[in-house]
Amino acid sequence: MADRITLKVTRYDPGRDHEPGFQTYEVPLRKDWVVLDALNYVKDKVDGSLSFRWSCRMGICGSCGMMVNGEPKLTCATFVSEYMPGPVSVEPLKHFPILRDLIVDISDFLEKLTKVKPWLIREEERRVVDGEYLQTPEQADTFRQFSMCINCLLCYAACPVYGLDPLFTGPAAIALAQRYNTDSRDQGTNERLDILSQHDGIWGCTFVGDCTRVCPKHVDPAGAIQQYKLTAAKEWIKSLLMPWGGR
Amino acid sequence: MLDVSSHDVLLVGGGGAGLRAAIAISEADAGLSVAIVSKVYPMRSHTVSAEGGAAGVIHPDDSLEEHIYDTISGGDWLCDQDAVETFVKEAPEELLRLEHWGCPWSRQEDGHIAVRPFGGMKKTRTWFAADKTGFHLLHTLFQTSLKFSAITRYDEYFVTRLLINDGCVQGVVAIELATGRIQAIIAKAVILCTGGCGRVFRFTTNASIKTGDGMALAYRAGAPLKDMEFVQYHPTGLPFTGILITEAARAEGGYLLNKEGYRYLQDYNLGTPQPKPVLRSMELGPRDRLSQAFVKEQEQGRTSEGLYGPVVYLDLRHLGEKVINARLPFVRELCLKYENIDPVKELIPVRPVVHYMMGGVHTDLNGATPLKGLYAAGEVACVSINGANRLGSNSLPELLVFGARAGRAAAAFAAGQQAPNRRQILAQALDEETRLHDQFLQKSGGRERISTLRDEMQTTMEKGAGIYRRGDLLTHTAGKLIELQERLGSVTLYDRSHVFNTELVSALELSFMLDVAECITHAALQRTESRGAHQRTDFPARNDERFLAHSLVYRQTDGRPRTEYLPVTITRWPPGERVYGR
Ligand SMILES: Cc1cc2nc3c(=O)[nH]c(=O)nc-3n(C[C@H](O)[C@H](O)[C@H](O)COP(=O)(O)OP(=O)(O)OC[C@H]3O[C@@H](n4cnc5c(N)ncnc54)[C@H](O)[C@@H]3O)c2cc1C
Ligand code: SF4
Ligand code: FES
Repeated sequence: MADRITLKVTRYDPGRDHEPGFQTYEVPLRKDWVVLDALNYVKDKVDGSLSFRWSCRMGICGSCGMMVNGEPKLTCATFVSEYMPGPVSVEPLKHFPILRDLIVDISDFLEKLTKVKPWLIREEERRVVDGEYLQTPEQADTFRQFSMCINCLLCYAACPVYGLDPLFTGPAAIALAQRYNTDSRDQGTNERLDILSQHDGIWGCTFVGDCTRVCPKHVDPAGAIQQYKLTAAKEWIKSLLMPWGGR
Repeated sequence: MLDVSSHDVLLVGGGGAGLRAAIAISEADAGLSVAIVSKVYPMRSHTVSAEGGAAGVIHPDDSLEEHIYDTISGGDWLCDQDAVETFVKEAPEELLRLEHWGCPWSRQEDGHIAVRPFGGMKKTRTWFAADKTGFHLLHTLFQTSLKFSAITRYDEYFVTRLLINDGCVQGVVAIELATGRIQAIIAKAVILCTGGCGRVFRFTTNASIKTGDGMALAYRAGAPLKDMEFVQYHPTGLPFTGILITEAARAEGGYLLNKEGYRYLQDYNLGTPQPKPVLRSMELGPRDRLSQAFVKEQEQGRTSEGLYGPVVYLDLRHLGEKVINARLPFVRELCLKYENIDPVKELIPVRPVVHYMMGGVHTDLNGATPLKGLYAAGEVACVSINGANRLGSNSLPELLVFGARAGRAAAAFAAGQQAPNRRQILAQALDEETRLHDQFLQKSGGRERISTLRDEMQTTMEKGAGIYRRGDLLTHTAGKLIELQERLGSVTLYDRSHVFNTELVSALELSFMLDVAECITHAALQRTESRGAHQRTDFPARNDERFLAHSLVYRQTDGRPRTEYLPVTITRWPPGERVYGR
């Protein structure tokens, strides 16, 4: 194995640069190093001004998503050696405004997430003294997959619809809406349906499935979008048949 | 230019404790304006990586009494017993409340909550959500918090200082990372929920953001730090990354082996090997005892030499692929993804890694610190329920119980307070702005690198204040830390940008960590006994006569620490010997 590899990293400081450019760094190539380790090597030993987000280095906090050789990846879960002999390009996540170097502005996602009401909605809330809502393991299995989303936003960077139409609610937020819709304890599906149908971006999704392909947690947001479309279509037909309010 | 905003209650930190507190405030008084200031988006907080579970009595054959006793004896009688009682009583309802908010706790076939055994707990009482308990807990809290419109979030704002007026904490100064703007955020009460400080050490399970910021903020403002000498090691971390292999791996039946393939824990008074796991015995003994056994094995040359120093092995192979996939999928995933090891077929090299801080900002049962207007909850605080050694799966319920209590207490306090005097407060905020510029952003000529100082700090802490401690080594570490504090003054930043200056953040974190490291070392030097996680080779016995007491470290005017002691609250459980595996 060669003992060094070249990283080609996006650099951008809005106070100084008109547009993002690249800088290359040569870093040691080590079998147990992930891309994030290589970036930290640069920051600690070569150039302290390189900026990127990270925290857990175990694929669970969702901070470290970047484009590695053009693909959205969690950089803490991507070995550098996979890209031998290099160079490896490291760029900020696509489809989000770039703030600085490898850091993008994700506030749009936070707004969308809030809009889909990702919390348990009940007509009547149970008192704590009355104990838990019963839920069998099978019932829990129906939403488990959707509840695994770490908000890393790799799916948005892969989504062609979001790329063209920033108003599209997008894969992760829809998956999280479905997470609650399919939870046996929840009674808020209709409220969420109204919100999701307000913008028709969702109909633009042609089930390309890129979001599901890049998702590091096997959430299957494309599946959630399909499920959601089906429910929405049924509700729409219902509302045509029963305009006085079949819900 | 300084920006100013104001709220009723301000939380520093949006992890489990911060979010629970924020919701408690909104539920207590919907009219109060609440701010969560966090250096990362709340759902990125370190709570996300907790794996194993959360303890709370629900089984009919379990009792509050037993959970209390396990916690107190596990903590080597340094826990305040009134605090433990409150904690154990309120933990089950907090965990249930989380269920009502949607937390996907693992279930029994009949639909009721399932519980699992956990190290140090005599009865089965640990709630879990597969092996991503912290992840589900944090996301449930975060998503639930989104429904409260009275909660304003300051995401990716880094707090650099507490604002104090008339002996009363009334807000913070923070840097908005995206723009570099420095902002004064005024509040009638402030709750610190900034988590632990594992990054003070080299081998740690803690994420890069766990740098003890809140402890240092409180300490600098004059609040004492309690029991800082008690640092918990987790016996099974992966050597390079510090990634934790959860206790659940041992609860499901994993063995710890030395290089000869021998279950060495039987030599350390921890019971005899049985084919099936036995609660509180062998591999399920308390963490501190397991980590100490590692050092002893190392001294006898019975550990293996790995790439990153000595290791022992965790063996899961006899459980078989089916059990591993069903019960420990995350463990397998972590090993494969980060160290390229398949636990179905191979031994996992492990070593003790710093995991949890028992000590923290001194608070009462309501999270109140001795400084008026300042509260603390979660790992940053020391109430204390963890004593000299925390039991695994007690800290998630701790941050819920005391997060909620601190939230309610701060809400009540804020409701009775006048709006702070802006002029006084702003003068201090301007001061801080000047300090940040002079010390970091506009300074030139220094030669020190942040990463070098950080490495040296971690090395000296591991040497002097690690698993085993000795007076002379601690003294040496204390001296080295003072040297590092001085050299911090000659750090130069390469990065002069206002936008997302992560190098500035690293410098500020390093300075927080150095303060925390000094407190740990000082308190460890003063405590000339061995208890729980604090083991002195020169004072190997527990000494209840002198040290059945909490240490309180205060900052002196020269910046150096001073330690005082406060008696432990003993109510119904007189100190006994810690006995395991018999
Ligand atoms: C790998 C691992 C596994 C664990 N497993 C378990 C388990 O199974 N069971 C259990 O009970 N416990 C477990 N623990 C312990 C438990 O997870 C932690 O003690 C707990 O999550 C701490 O939560 P917190 O809310 O206090 O802090 P954190 O979740 O760490 O949150 C800290 C918050 O403070 C903010 N912050 C910090 N400094 C600043 C600053 N200067 N300015 C602004 N914001 C700031 C951060 O942004 C963050 O939002 C585990 C710990 C680790 C490391
Ligand atoms: S759905 Fe998958 S890719 Fe998208 S944010 Fe969630 S975890 Fe990341
Ligand atoms: S650093 Fe947390 S997901 Fe990569």
